Amino acid sequence: MRRLSLICAALCLVACSLAGMAQDLRVPASVTAGDGVTIPTTGSGKATFYLLGPGISRKGDVSLGEEIHLQAKDLRNAGDYLALVCSDSCHSGTFYVTAAKPASLTFLVHPSRVPVAQDDAVSGVTFTFDQFRNLVLTPATVTFQLTAGDKPLVSRPARTQNGVAWFRTASGKSAGLLQVVATLDDLSARRAVQQVASDPCNLRITGQRIPIGILVQTEPVHDCAGNVVSDGTIVTFSATEANGKSTVDAPIKQGVARAQIEAQGATVVSVASGVVMGNELHIGAKP
Amino acid sequence: MAAVSKTSATDKQSFIQDWTGSNGSLRAFSSLEGFDSRPLHITTDEAQMRVRLHWATPVGPIEDVRDIHLVREGELWKAVLPKVQISSVPSQVIPVTYLRWDLVSGGAADEWGSKNVDAPHVRIISMNAVDSAEGAIVMGEVVNEDTVPAFVNVNATLVDGAGSAIDDETSFDKIAHVLLPKQVTPYRIDFPSINLKNVKNVRMDVKASLVPASADPVIGVMNQKIEPDVQGKSVLRGDLLNQSGQTVNISHVIVSFYDNNAKVVWVADGYVDRALLPQSSEPFGVDIPRALAAKVQNFHVVVNQYSLGRS
Repeated sequence: MRRLSLICAALCLVACSLAGMAQDLRVPASVTAGDGVTIPTTGSGKATFYLLGPGISRKGDVSLGEEIHLQAKDLRNAGDYLALVCSDSCHSGTFYVTAAKPASLTFLVHPSRVPVAQDDAVSGVTFTFDQFRNLVLTPATVTFQLTAGDKPLVSRPARTQNGVAWFRTASGKSAGLLQVVATLDDLSARRAVQQVASDPCNLRITGQRIPIGILVQTEPVHDCAGNVVSDGTIVTFSATEANGKSTVDAPIKQGVARAQIEAQGATVVSVASGVVMGNELHIGAKP
Repeated sequence: MAAVSKTSATDKQSFIQDWTGSNGSLRAFSSLEGFDSRPLHITTDEAQMRVRLHWATPVGPIEDVRDIHLVREGELWKAVLPKVQISSVPSQVIPVTYLRWDLVSGGAADEWGSKNVDAPHVRIISMNAVDSAEGAIVMGEVVNEDTVPAFVNVNATLVDGAGSAIDDETSFDKIAHVLLPKQVTPYRIDFPSINLKNVKNVRMDVKASLVPASADPVIGVMNQKIEPDVQGKSVLRGDLLNQSGQTVNISHVIVSFYDNNAKVVWVADGYVDRALLPQSSEPFGVDIPRALAAKVQNFHVVVNQYSLGRS
């Protein structure tokens, strides 16, 4: 019984092959996106041609034995295509459209703001696309250049893998604009990262009695790398005296935070910004 | 004023301002829904009454307890009203170094990823979940670690033993939503009618977005101390001092209370019903639950402020 089945299958294959000789189409193995292509056919008579691919579905009448011309606009999207010719029976071929040469770089850099001197804090990724927005999978070398002010910090080539290249690096030591440029041949994309001061360091306050209490202020607030901490950063002053506590959340303005506290007795003033503590100040009672 | 004794220390104008509000204060937007009164002490000529005033306000019902002294004048009992201190500010010029953050959004035509500005980086620095008479409460503190202001919301999801969400709530009004750089705010999330014994896990989620903000006004919190009120409850009292040159219409005080291990054991809030005029102060009070009063060793007060005509 099994032998009989095998004989039937073999006969069927032979019949299909003979039919194929009557009409056939020879598709190219690979095509570049945006290129026109010609598909020769064999046989004679009228047939219907179908083209199915990413984002395209086309039907048309063709004459067997003549070439089928596919225009560039039919093959813009990279991916697998199926070409199908049907008259008495249908015959098909598949081919792959690859992306054209890189025509644009999509460049994402993260984060847009970063504290200075942070390890692995800045990362960037590029995607290479051809003019039809197909991801270019052919390996290419993208160069990432990081510049702070006029000073070049890092220049790093990276080979694309499946159309993607990336880098990761530490942030610089100085607050300011970090320019990040990705270059591939004559293509480039530029992004900017704002490097900002890190947490305050050596937060110190001075104070004095005034008629209505105590005036306290910080010395110019810097991070540990010497960058001026951003204006608007909240500094919390706490004044503790025998009968209570007073607090003021004051923003840094022009590098210094100051607050006025109503305290008449002997007072201990402390200071903090976020989770960073500063010095304590002991101020005697109002004479 | 027929029911007010002539011996009262207040005048008609101050009385009206005290009871109806002024300068766009919370009291100005409130109405008295009702009151309960009970005598505390009474003789033939004088009496002391405790009155609970139930106010309907835009931020929810607020209860105000006042002890009113009454004297008998002829056949009538009349209230002796205490002196009301209404702030008055002299004409002056207050120099302010202006500091604010504005937000500029990119256009639709911008290349994807070319002009993105990250959301502010905020972090939950503490979380504690407790049971209360009203249900489960999740509370703690959040810090804005970034260099730009953040609009912050904290969400909590209670999860049962099977990993299913029981309930999901947000901090709503028990948080200072706009956090300036390095500012810390308490948050509290209430889950009414839920008992923590049914909860296996709490999923926390803090959401922050960019927001235009101003560094002013600066409001100092002076003379903070915990003391008992007339009913014997512990109350954190203090004075809010407006150190800027603009009127703050409604002040909202949010407090983290810590135990001796610096753990947040309670978060409570309260509103000041009078406007904070420039360079003037107004008292505030925030109740501490009786069960927690003995535990509280320290506290941190944050002031949220709303000014008419500004976001």
